[in-house]
Amino acid sequence: MAQREISEEDLRKRVRALLEEAHPDKVDQFTFRGKLYDYGLAWVHFPEGFGGLGVSPGMQAVIADELSKHAKTHYDDMMINAIGIGMGAPTVLTHGTDWMRKTLLRRIFTGEDIWCQLFSEPGSGSDVAGLATRATREGDYWTVNGQKVWTSLAHVSKWGMLLARTNPDAPKHAGMSYFLLDMQSPGVEVRPLHQITGEAEFNEVFLTDVKIPADRLMGREGEGWKVAITTLMNERTAIGGGGPTRRGAGSIGVLINLWKSREQGQFSPDAEILLRDRITKLYIEAELLRMTTQRGKAARKAGNPGPEGSVVKLAQAELNKRIWECAMDVMGADSLIYEPGYKRRRPTSRAREGRNSLTKYQFLRARANSIEGGTSEVMRNILGERVLGLPGEPRSDKDVPWKQIPRSA
Amino acid sequence: MDFAFTHEHEELRQTVRRFMENESSEATVRTLMETEPGYDRRTWERMASELSLLGLMVPERHGGAGLGPVELAIAMEEMGRVLFCGPYLASAVLATGALLHGADEAAQRKLLPAIASGKSIATVAVTEAAGKWDLASVAMRATRVGSEWKLSGVKDYVLDGHLADALIVAAKADDGLALFQVEANASGLERHALPTLDLTRKMARLNFSSTPATRISAGEATGALKQVMALGVTMLAAEQVGGAQRCLEMSTEYAKTRLQFGRPIGSFQAIKHKCADMLVETEFARSAAYHAAFAIADGEDGFEAAHLAKSYCSESYFHAAAENIQIHGGMGFTWEHPAHLYFKRARASSILFGDPSEHRLQLANILEL
Repeated sequence: MAQREISEEDLRKRVRALLEEAHPDKVDQFTFRGKLYDYGLAWVHFPEGFGGLGVSPGMQAVIADELSKHAKTHYDDMMINAIGIGMGAPTVLTHGTDWMRKTLLRRIFTGEDIWCQLFSEPGSGSDVAGLATRATREGDYWTVNGQKVWTSLAHVSKWGMLLARTNPDAPKHAGMSYFLLDMQSPGVEVRPLHQITGEAEFNEVFLTDVKIPADRLMGREGEGWKVAITTLMNERTAIGGGGPTRRGAGSIGVLINLWKSREQGQFSPDAEILLRDRITKLYIEAELLRMTTQRGKAARKAGNPGPEGSVVKLAQAELNKRIWECAMDVMGADSLIYEPGYKRRRPTSRAREGRNSLTKYQFLRARANSIEGGTSEVMRNILGERVLGLPGEPRSDKDVPWKQIPRSA
Repeated sequence: MDFAFTHEHEELRQTVRRFMENESSEATVRTLMETEPGYDRRTWERMASELSLLGLMVPERHGGAGLGPVELAIAMEEMGRVLFCGPYLASAVLATGALLHGADEAAQRKLLPAIASGKSIATVAVTEAAGKWDLASVAMRATRVGSEWKLSGVKDYVLDGHLADALIVAAKADDGLALFQVEANASGLERHALPTLDLTRKMARLNFSSTPATRISAGEATGALKQVMALGVTMLAAEQVGGAQRCLEMSTEYAKTRLQFGRPIGSFQAIKHKCADMLVETEFARSAAYHAAFAIADGEDGFEAAHLAKSYCSESYFHAAAENIQIHGGMGFTWEHPAHLYFKRARASSILFGDPSEHRLQLANILEL
C-alpha cells in the first residue's frame, strides 16, 4: 500500500468537517461510524475509498485526539465487532475480491455486520492446519460439510471466515481454501457451547450441505492457509496487547484485596507466613509481567523489538492460573460455595456480582488462559524454535497427503 | 518507567562486552580463580584508564565518569556474563556507594579519586559472624581514645577484604552506627582470605583489635547503609541477569548441536520447553534489574524495586544455572565444563546480601501485605 503525505493539521481539519456533518452527540453509532469510514478516518492506513487515506497507522492517534476534544460521546469501541474489525477487515483488504471490499468493509466498521472466525474444529485444536471440514466444488457453488468449534459471536454473526479442506490428496497446508460464509445460509446450525463455568462464551457450528457461491472464495483455491495467516497475524492485536499497565491492577489486585480483608484468626500464624510469601511471589511476577510488557513496547518503539513480546502470552497464562488458585486458598471454606450457582447462559456484564463469586468464576475461567490463542505447550515451542532457534520436532505429517494422516476419532 | 535505553547506553554495553570477552575469557577466569588475590592487576588498571569503569559513578569533580545506576547496571550485567573476576562489586559499587551516601567531604576527596583511577581498591565491611547485612545486629564497637578511634571485633564474609587497600567499616559508636575508614596496613588488623564456594568471588575474615580508624560519617550511618544496600543488590541483580542470559545461551547452543537418538536434543520438547522457561525467567529478571536501576536513577530510594529484583533475579539465575547443567548432562557435571562456575556464582550471589525469601519478606513489609 503506497503511503502518502498528509499533515496533522489537514487530518484535524478533516475530523472537524466530519463533526459538522455528523456529530456523535447527535447521531447514532452506525451513522457516525459510517461517516468516519466515508471520510477515510476509520482505518487511516487503509486505501482511500476503503475507510482510509493511505497514511501511516500512527496518524490514527491524531484522529482520536481531535475527536475527544470536540465530542463527549465516543463510538470508538472495537468490541462492537471485535473479530470483524480486528481480523476480518485486514483479511478482506488483502485477499478479498473487489465486490467484498466494496460491500463488506464499511459494514464491518460500523458494526452492522458482525463477523466470526470458523477455523478450529473438534479434531484440530493446536493443529489448525489439520482441519477436516470438506468443501467440494459443484458448478458455481461449493458444498460444505463439517463442524467448527470455539466460535465466538457465531450466534449473532452475519459473516464467517471459513477455512475448509478442498483437496484431501494434497499435503495438509496445501489442500485448504478460505471462504466467506453467509451465516444465514441453510445448513448452518449454531449451538451454544457451555464451558466449565456453565456459561457459553463460544459456539459450536455445524455445517451440513451448506452452499457457498464460488465467488465467495478468498485468495485462490488451495491457498487458504496463506489467507488464514493474515487473519491469525491480526488475532493478537484484535484480542489486545495483554497485561495490565497499572501497578497492582487485574487479578493480582483482587488477590491482594482478598488477603488484606481476611478475617482475624482465619489462618494460623504459620499458615499466614506461608501464604504471605506465596502472595508476595505472585505480586513480584505480576509486576514483572507488567514491566516486561512495557519494556517490549519501549523496545518496539525504539525499533529493536526483542523477545519480550513473545514471552508475555505464556507467562501471563501460567501466572493468572496461579493467582486465582491462591485467591481460592485465601477464601478458604467460602471457596466451596458457588453462588449464585452455575448459570447456563451466554455471558453479559458481571458487574453486579459480588467480588467473591466473581473470583470463583475467574478461577474456573482462567483454565482457558493456557489453552486459548495457543496452548502454553505450543507457546513454548514457538519460543524455543522462533526466538531461540532450536530445531523443530521431526514431523510425520509434512509431505504426506492429508487423507493419510492419522486423526483422532 | 519507560526503560528508555539511549544510544550511549548501547555503546557502553558494546564496549564493555568487547573488553570483557577479551580480558575475561574462560581460561583467564580459571587461572585467576585459583590465585589468592583473584584478579588481574593489568586488566584492572585498563578498566580505569581505557574505559573509566572503576569510577563510573564517581562524580567528575572527584575524577570519575559521573554516570549513574543505569550505566553501572549495564557494566555489571556484562561482567556477570563472563564471570569477571575482580573487586568491582566491592570497590566500584559498595565502597563508592558508601562514600557517596555516607561519608564526609574529606573522605570523598581522599578516596574517590583513588578508587576511580584504580590506585586504590576499597571494600565495605558490614557483615559479621551471621553473614547478614543486618544493620541492627552489628556488634563491632568503635571507641574514642583522645582524638583517635579504635575498632575491635570481627568482620566476616567481606568481599575482597583480603586485598582491599581501603576498608570502610560499619561499627557502633556511642552515637549509633557509624562508618570508619581503616588502612590495609593498620596495626591490630588481621586478614584471612576465605576458601569460597564461588571461586570467582573472593571473601575475607577481618579481625580488629584496637585497630586505629578514621571516622568518615558525620552522624548515624544506618540510612546511608540502607541506600548502599539497595544499590548493591540492584547491581548484583544486574550481574545475575548477565549470568542467566549466558546460561541460556550455552544451553541453547548445546541443544542445537548435541545429537542423541539421531536428532538434536533441542528438538525434544522436554529440552526445548526447559529453554523456553529459562527465556521467560531471564526476560522477567531483566525487567526486574533494569527497573530497579532506573528507579534509583530517578531518585527513588529504590528499596521496593531492589528487594523485588534481588529475590527474583537470584532464583531465576540459580534455576538457569541448574538447568544448564542438566541440559549438558554428564558433561555439565565435569570440572572442565564452565557450567559449574555459573552454578556456584548463582548459588553464592543468591545468598549474598540476603536470600530471596528474606528480600520477599522485606518487600511484603513495604507493601503492607
